[in-house]
Amino acid sequence: MKFKWTVCLLSMLLATAACRKDEDSGPGAGEDLQHGQPETLTTLKGFLLLNEGNMNMNKASLDYYDYTTGVYRSNVFEKANAGGSGLGDVGNDLAVYGSKVYIVVNGSNKIEVLDARTWKKIRQINLDNCRYITFSGGKAYVSAYLGVVGDPAAPQGSVSEIDTASLTIMRRATVGRQPEELAVVGNRLYVAHSGGYSPSNYERTVAVIDLTSFREIKRIDVAVNLHRLRVDAYGDLYVSSRGDYYDIPPRLYVIDTGTDAVKKSFNLAVSDMDISSDTAYICGTAFSYQTGRNEISYSMLDVRTETQLQRSFLSDGMDRNGKITLPYGLAINPENKDILITDAKDYVSPGKLHCFSKSGKLKWSVATGDIPAKIEFLKKTP
Amino acid sequence: MTIRKLSWYLFIYFFVPTCQLGVPALAQSDSLNQARQLQEIQVRERLLPELKRSSVPVQVLSGQQLQRLHSLSVADAVRFFSGVQLKDYGGIGGLKTINVRSLGSSQVNVFYDGIQLGNMQNGQVDLGRFSLDNMEAISLFNGQKPGVLLPAKAYASAASVYMESRVPVFDNGAGANYRAGVRAGSYGLFNPFFATEQKIGRQLAARISTELTNAGGHYTFRRRIGSTDTAAVRQNTDIWSFRAEAGLYGKIEEKQDWQVKAYHYRSERGLPRAIVTNRFEARQRQWDENTFIQAKFREKISDKMSLALAGKYSHDRLKYVDPEITTDAGFLNNEFTSQEIYASATASYLICSFFEMGLSADYLHNRMQANLYRFPFPTRQTLLGAAVGRIKMPRLIGEINLLATAVDEHVRYYQQATDFRKLTPSVSFNWQPLAVLPVHIRAFYKEIFRMPTFNDLYYTFSGNSFLRPEYAHQFDLGMTTANNFKNGLVRTLDAQADVYFNKITDKIVAVPGQNLFRWSMTNLDQVEIRGAEANVRLSGQVGNRLGYALLFAYTYQEAIETTAGAEPRQQIPYIPRHSGSFTVSADYGPAGLSYSFVYTGERYAQKANIRSNYLQPWYTHDLSLHFQPAPKARQLSLTLEVNNLLNQQYDVIKNFPMPGRNYRIGLSWQFQKQERKTHEI
Repeated sequence: MKFKWTVCLLSMLLATAACRKDEDSGPGAGEDLQHGQPETLTTLKGFLLLNEGNMNMNKASLDYYDYTTGVYRSNVFEKANAGGSGLGDVGNDLAVYGSKVYIVVNGSNKIEVLDARTWKKIRQINLDNCRYITFSGGKAYVSAYLGVVGDPAAPQGSVSEIDTASLTIMRRATVGRQPEELAVVGNRLYVAHSGGYSPSNYERTVAVIDLTSFREIKRIDVAVNLHRLRVDAYGDLYVSSRGDYYDIPPRLYVIDTGTDAVKKSFNLAVSDMDISSDTAYICGTAFSYQTGRNEISYSMLDVRTETQLQRSFLSDGMDRNGKITLPYGLAINPENKDILITDAKDYVSPGKLHCFSKSGKLKWSVATGDIPAKIEFLKKTP
Repeated sequence: MTIRKLSWYLFIYFFVPTCQLGVPALAQSDSLNQARQLQEIQVRERLLPELKRSSVPVQVLSGQQLQRLHSLSVADAVRFFSGVQLKDYGGIGGLKTINVRSLGSSQVNVFYDGIQLGNMQNGQVDLGRFSLDNMEAISLFNGQKPGVLLPAKAYASAASVYMESRVPVFDNGAGANYRAGVRAGSYGLFNPFFATEQKIGRQLAARISTELTNAGGHYTFRRRIGSTDTAAVRQNTDIWSFRAEAGLYGKIEEKQDWQVKAYHYRSERGLPRAIVTNRFEARQRQWDENTFIQAKFREKISDKMSLALAGKYSHDRLKYVDPEITTDAGFLNNEFTSQEIYASATASYLICSFFEMGLSADYLHNRMQANLYRFPFPTRQTLLGAAVGRIKMPRLIGEINLLATAVDEHVRYYQQATDFRKLTPSVSFNWQPLAVLPVHIRAFYKEIFRMPTFNDLYYTFSGNSFLRPEYAHQFDLGMTTANNFKNGLVRTLDAQADVYFNKITDKIVAVPGQNLFRWSMTNLDQVEIRGAEANVRLSGQVGNRLGYALLFAYTYQEAIETTAGAEPRQQIPYIPRHSGSFTVSADYGPAGLSYSFVYTGERYAQKANIRSNYLQPWYTHDLSLHFQPAPKARQLSLTLEVNNLLNQQYDVIKNFPMPGRNYRIGLSWQFQKQERKTHEI
């Protein structure tokens, strides 16, 4: 009798075992459409959002929001490039230049170049531990943590110059350790370093590269562990320091590119920032050793006067701790000044994207992929 | 080891609760000439009456059955237990840790010959490093091992795995035994081993066992990356390891025995990376060195009182090099060393014919050093005291115990964790309601916690010295039955089924800090686990020469995160709702055939139960052929194995592909020397 029971259970087990679903038909398939609020803009048709995905999960993904229909569509890269090998592991940066979209995929050591209208892959450019991208004069500039991987005597990072027509790497310059964000002012490329591979000896400089010779010509001493680097309309650089997570607090520095010197600093932690017209919008998270918790802040700077505005850009209490668990990416719609903020939550769950009006009122929210990070607006094409 | 030896050994090991050493090292035995195929049956016949009386769920794999499980290491063998999830990063050198009833691997203590294998650095033991060849028995106890003459450490975890290594046994007047062999197989596996047992006197024996494992580990795998099917070869999977252990086994009089063991393991391995788009190669390497010396002593002072002492010193080293990260001082190179001193004393006393008490005290001293930036060089002292009472009546066995824990933490730099004091209880019973019906009901409740590990507390950029211990509450209700039959096709049958509810509070998890580089550990999650599991085992014979054994295990688990604010009804990562295994083996004369099937249902790799986190079920079929002539002074045996027969491509951990179909051949030679001769030479 017992034996029969065993046989019965066993056959049940074998029966369950016999079905192995196709990988694309797991739960959640087809739930890729969400809705915001349709609206008509004159210059913009929509925006792309890059989800980083956790390291080793191979889950970087690209979402698209269409302003006219108000539809938020997930995984547009996968759909436009069926049969391809996927966006990859840790999508670190996203940019639109001309008619192309560039996605820097850090863990997969590559830059994906897509058609900005169809999101079809045009080319893949391999570059080891690539981080951030910027553009100038038909060239793309990409930072990479290590110029040479596998040489114990070469801790320096690099910046590669990519021709946006041929999509090939033309030149490479050696910079300091672990370069992060970069920006071009005039004929000069500014690169912020973190030096994050050696926490006992963080880098504290911004490298200045002459674009003609493509050589580093000088370093500007700022503070330890630099990360974000954005330029305003007045030729000033806003550079964030993450501090050392122990004694040195995070700060934001302003560099005058006329004198290449630090002229001002703000006591602000910067997770992400976007400079739109004369205002810099900043969201920040600082870990406090006293409370063992994250303190979240939303701040605005007037970049013309270089002063901090004494108000938050979110209203209805949305700027309180816990409303947005972990603000991670931030972008200002250049046309209607809507504020887009992503919530990375606990980094291992799908995040959220919130759209606020310029007065800080929540307009709509949608669910994103894991670690929604970077937003880029797409212009209407005539 | 003859049948009689083995069964005696198992009997002592499990069912004499006052016996901790449990191994009749120098017992003499008669030569038994029964057909070998009956061994398993006889072992089980002796095991059953006591298995069904255990007050906590216990699962045992031993002797020949263990050798037949298509397993190289202990990690492969525990897959056949119900309630177990093996976290396996794939390949011979890949990390393999055990998770029991979804409580997490840090809640499981692993004991080697009765003494805990500590890992204060990360709280986990890599079971892939323990070769099955050297093991006599592996058992899993939910809650804790029942018994009164156990070290306090035995009560200090939510579940325990006991690995018992082989002990010297001399048959037919032998004075020395030798065993040498080699296993070889796919992926360049080369695994020679040698063991010898020497009788040094009437009351003393020694055993030396050593083993080398070398494998290139390159296996091909196929998988879908994005939406393309890709075939590639797993890179950086090589392993080289060496193990040597030597033991002295003594028996001063009939009532005293002792054991001293020295153990050394060293290895170098590549760490294969997650397979992601455009990146298959890896260069990270790891070196390990584990050394310990441990001793146990037990004495039966009177008919009523017994005493046990144990001690251990261990020294571990770990070195990790990542050539993909170049710091200002060359490649990233992390080195960790840790030391443990352990001492335990236990006494048991039979108060009346049905009530026994045990008291034990353990002391642990742990230290850790590392070349990490801002490493605080922690020291932890732990004092454990346990009191246990055990009622044993013909149809009722009950146990109640209290465990007192005191932890003092000290760091050389920065912030140290707060000291900690706690009293935790556990209670269990096994009751046979009707004398005529061989069905027993059992239940247990246990509250226990795990201390944050040194990594949780002090790892630069993620450690958090504010952490509290992680608590596990377990409730279990089950039924067991076991029967021996004198005649017929079925000779032994035992079955157990349990339902359980576990609750984990203050679960220690990594949460984001300022950015992705700066995670931090915190007491955040709460998890509720509802499960059911069943085991059925059967053995018997057909005619005189054909024997068979059958093993079936099934587990259902619903492990839901119930932290405030968590998405409702989401199964926690890597826990399947359904899992199970089935093994059948048959012996005919000197030849044996065995087949096993392991099934793990669908799972999710991350918190959200959505498509992009979905992991396919996997199931493997393994088949092996054995040839082993009847026990003689000289004996040659041969094993041929095909594992993952249908070449299924699967991941246990997302993006860490497991090997497909693979083969192994094992050859071993065993011989004895007579005692007299040995002396004459």
